[in-house]
Parts: sequence; C-alpha cells; structure tokens
Amino acid sequence: MSLGADTYRGRAALALPKLAWFRGVANAVIGIAVLVGLWWLGGVAVANNPNMYAFADFAPGPTLSALRDMVGSGEVVGMAWPSLYRVGAGMLIAVAFGVPMGILIGRVAILREITNVPFQFLRMISPLSWMPIAVMVFATWDGAIVFLIAAAAVWPVLFSTAAGVRRIDPAWLKVARNLGANVVHMLFTVILPAIAVDILTGLRLALGVAWVVLVPAEYLGVTSGLGYSINDARDTLDYSRLAAVVVVIGIIGFTLDYLFMLAIKHFNWVRSAD
Amino acid sequence: MMVTRLKDETRIETTTKPVLRPVPGGAHIAVRNLSHTYRKADGRVLDALDFEIQPGAVVALLGRSGCGKSSLLHMLAGLTHPTEGEVIINGNVVRGPSPKWVMMFQAPSLFPWMSVAKNAALGLKFNRRTGEIAKRIPEILDLVDLGPFADRNAQELSGGQQQRVALARSLAPSPEMLLLDEPFSALDAFTRRSLQQDVRRIAKDLGLTLVIVTHDVSEAVIMADRVLVLDANPGRIADDTTISLENDERNASAERFQSEQARLMQIYTDVAHGDAAAPLS
Ligand SMILES: Nc1ncnc2c1ncn2[C@@H]1O[C@H](COP(=O)(O)OP(=O)(O)OP(=O)(O)O)[C@@H](O)[C@H]1O
Ligand SMILES: [Mg+2]
Repeated sequence: MSLGADTYRGRAALALPKLAWFRGVANAVIGIAVLVGLWWLGGVAVANNPNMYAFADFAPGPTLSALRDMVGSGEVVGMAWPSLYRVGAGMLIAVAFGVPMGILIGRVAILREITNVPFQFLRMISPLSWMPIAVMVFATWDGAIVFLIAAAAVWPVLFSTAAGVRRIDPAWLKVARNLGANVVHMLFTVILPAIAVDILTGLRLALGVAWVVLVPAEYLGVTSGLGYSINDARDTLDYSRLAAVVVVIGIIGFTLDYLFMLAIKHFNWVRSAD
Repeated sequence: MMVTRLKDETRIETTTKPVLRPVPGGAHIAVRNLSHTYRKADGRVLDALDFEIQPGAVVALLGRSGCGKSSLLHMLAGLTHPTEGEVIINGNVVRGPSPKWVMMFQAPSLFPWMSVAKNAALGLKFNRRTGEIAKRIPEILDLVDLGPFADRNAQELSGGQQQRVALARSLAPSPEMLLLDEPFSALDAFTRRSLQQDVRRIAKDLGLTLVIVTHDVSEAVIMADRVLVLDANPGRIADDTTISLENDERNASAERFQSEQARLMQIYTDVAHGDAAAPLS
C-alpha cells in the first residue's frame, strides 16, 4: 500500500486560507443542490412511468417527510445506535490488533517479509465472504457482525501504521536513545506521536470500508440497526422510509469521516510554510 | 518575629539569581586499544587507538571524510560497541548511552510535534527528573539565547536556532561530557562562528569535557585546546597537538590564530598526503 507520498500531500493541503474555505462551502452547497436536483428528476420520471409508479415514494418529497418523522420521534437514534456500537466495537478491535502489529512489522524487517504475502492475500478477501463462517463461529449475530467489521477495518489501520513507522526519521530514535529513552519512552514520546496521523488516516480509510460492510452484514439475523431497518422497510413496502434510512446512513458516514478529518488535522504536526 | 523571618527568607529567595550547577571537572576519558571493524565493510575502520582526555578539556578530532571520526564518537557515546578495546569514562567502562555523556549530531533532529521547551526537556523526562524541568529549562534556554522561544514550535526556528535547541537539549541533563559530530556544518559562516565560540564558552563555564569531530581546520583552532589528527584506512592517531591560544585570540583576525591555523593545516595536509601515498589495502 503506497500511502506515503499521498499522506504528506494531504497534510499540507489541510491548511486552507479563509477565502478558499468560503469557496469550499459554496461549492459544497452547489454540489448538494445538483444531487438533490437529479434525485428529484428521477422521482418525476418514476412517477410518470406506469411500470414503476409503485416506487414513487423514493422521491425527495416523501423521503424527506419520512426523515423528518424519524428524527422528530427520535426513532433514528434507536436505529443508528446499534449500528454505531457495532462499527465502534469492530474498529476498536481493528486498532487493538492493527496498531501494535503495524508498529512491529514497520520496525522488524524479517516480520514484514514473513507477513507480507499472507496479509496482502487476506486483505484482498472481501470481509463479507467471511460471513457464513462468522455466523457459525460466533454465538450471537452481534458478535459475527463486529467480527466482519473488524476484519474489514484492520487492514487499512495495519498497513498505514506500518508505512508511518517506516517513515520515522531514524535520527529521532538515535537522539532519544542517546538521551536515555527506554522502550516505553520510545513508544509514547517518539513513535506514537510521529505516526498519529498515519494511524488516523488508516482509521479514516477503515471507517469507509466498515461503514460499507455494516449494512449488508445487518441484513442477516439481527433485528436492529440501519441495515435491518432498510430490509424491514423493503418488506413492508415503505419506500419513503427506506430512502430516509439510506439518507441517514449517508449523513452519519459523512459526519464520522469529517470527525476523523478534524482529528487528523489536530494531530498533524507538519507546519506549512505560510 | 516569625513573620519577619519568613519575609526575609522570601526576599532572599527571589533576589537570588538561578545559577547553573557546574559539573566539577567534567568527565575523564580513556580509550584503550580500541579497534573497530564493521560487519558489512572490509578492513578495519579504527586501529588500536589509545589516548586519554583530561576533564574539562576541549578536544577536536580532525580527519578527512571516511576516516572514522563519527564511528569513534559513537563509541565514546556508547551508541556503538567497539569490536576490540574499550572506552573508560571516569574509571568505568562504557557499556551504553547515558545522560552523563550526550552526543549532538549534524542535524538538530528536533521533534516537530513539540515546543522548543518540550524538546529541550526530553533528557530530563527520560531520566525521571521531570521535577527539575520547570526550573532548569528556562535557565538552559536563556543560556543558549532562546528564552523567548520556549513555547514556539520547533519547526518555526531557523537552522541555527534549531541547533541551539539541540544544544540546550544536550545540556539540560547536566552531562559531564558533550560529543559533537560536525554540528555546525549546515550553518552559514556567521552563525557557525558565533555558535563555535558560544559552545566553547559554555563548556568552559560549566567545566564539561567537550569532544568535537570536524574536518574544518579553523573550527578546530577556534574551539579546541588539543587536536587529534586522524589517519584514514585504517583510522589511527597520526598527530596529537595542543592549541595554545587565549580565549580572546580565538577569532580569525588574531595574529596568533592565523599562525596556529597555518601550523595545523600543515599537519593535516601532511597526514592526508601520507594517506594518499599509502597503497589501498
Ligand atoms: N554502520 C556502518 N556499517 C558499515 N560501514 C560503516 C558504517 N558506518 C560507517 N562505516 C564506514 O566506516 C568508515 C568510517 O565512517 P565514519 O562515518 O566514521 O567516517 P567520518 O570520519 O565520520 O566521515 P565524515 O567526515 O564523512 O563524516 C567509512 O568508510 C564508512 O563507510
Ligand atoms: Mg562523520
């Protein structure tokens, strides 16, 4: 995984001057307007097609009113909470395994060489293909879903951490050793601060995958969460509700991603020249 | 009664200027029959070196590129183990790095996610002396003329200022010996001169032993009391000479400085030519 150069470019690009920020917001508003416009056009086309008339509730109007009801009644919280919990637990497991392992394979060449092929191989297997096995191994559906999310999230975290460790300036380690740092100092004063942004970048990528894996994983077995709600709405032919859940999934995913971006900005120690 | 005494004590405390604790005498170094061969390289890099450095002396290791100066310095610092022989500091064989002998490298290598003060405090932090940080770090930053920069990010400083932070970082744990590996070579001539003089003055004020690696003859003359000129392939001490200049003569315009520089330059070129004439083994 060649996160290297891109990550650094990303770090520099985060510092936008005020005018550019305003322009960014304006362009985002235009983009959203275009998206909603296309959605509306699609709704009109569906409504005027006798074969697809039954799906007219997918249009923006019914969807947004279903969304308003969902948010107003607080139902959305009950829907999203189990999903957020599963993603959170899966990501925690991914960090607990991926960060230490990433540091190890970043530091120890022999370990990196041994694990390279197996890890690249495992990474390319869609996490969803573990589903039947996960269902058999784990006693609860929740356990199986958390496992699938962890299996999806671990690779970006692991590879990004390892790449970050390999980019650490060896002179920093020499200076720390020279000043009497022990292993704990090395880890918490040098290595982790140096690679904080790499870990968070890996987590941000992991979240993208985990959030995608979540919905199909929740189609099975469980009776809570956003994926279940979509399935449930389909079974009851409540299409405006189904579309509203899709919007909720998008909004939560976008928000989480944005939070990670803020965290990356916060921990980014590269100062731009301006 | 009590109240007045308390008052008196407070007054005395606030008017007493903080003084840096000098290291009495600095470290004594003895290098005994030291040889080194790198696993990947062929032939000895350093061959049977045997010398002593007196406490508080400023000694320059002068030699052309690749003769093993940095290797020797790493061994004095305990960062590399010699394949044969030993380094003895204050009577004890060196077995690893210690805050009592700190090495400064060519690049300042500050941690860019920390402030100047945090960088300077690392040595104290790593040695469970965090209690001293609040008092010692402002003193040490004043000593290197960086007092007002304490809270700035290390990346916002110029190269010369960063090297001063590295110096403060090395001095903070009160080492008995400072080992400098061409620490000024990336700086402009003016900044380099002032740092050379400052570092010598600080070392003398604190009484530390200072070993500086260089291939710049004038740097050796400005800073050192004594110069060890190294041969290459394998590294041996080809000459051991004293620079007997007063502090106020240690600038390029002084007459005696120029004659000392010419003398050392002669020794250095003789050694270098000797190297070139020797058949490569
Ligand atoms: N880690 C190492 N492994 C193998 N060989 C090394 C290693 N470090 C240095 N050498 C070799 O040892 C010799 C001496 O290197 P050293 O860095 O000590 O020289 P130097 O006198 O400091 O040179 P310079 O003035 O260029 O810094 C060189 O030939 C170098 O290639
Ligand atoms: Mg060198």
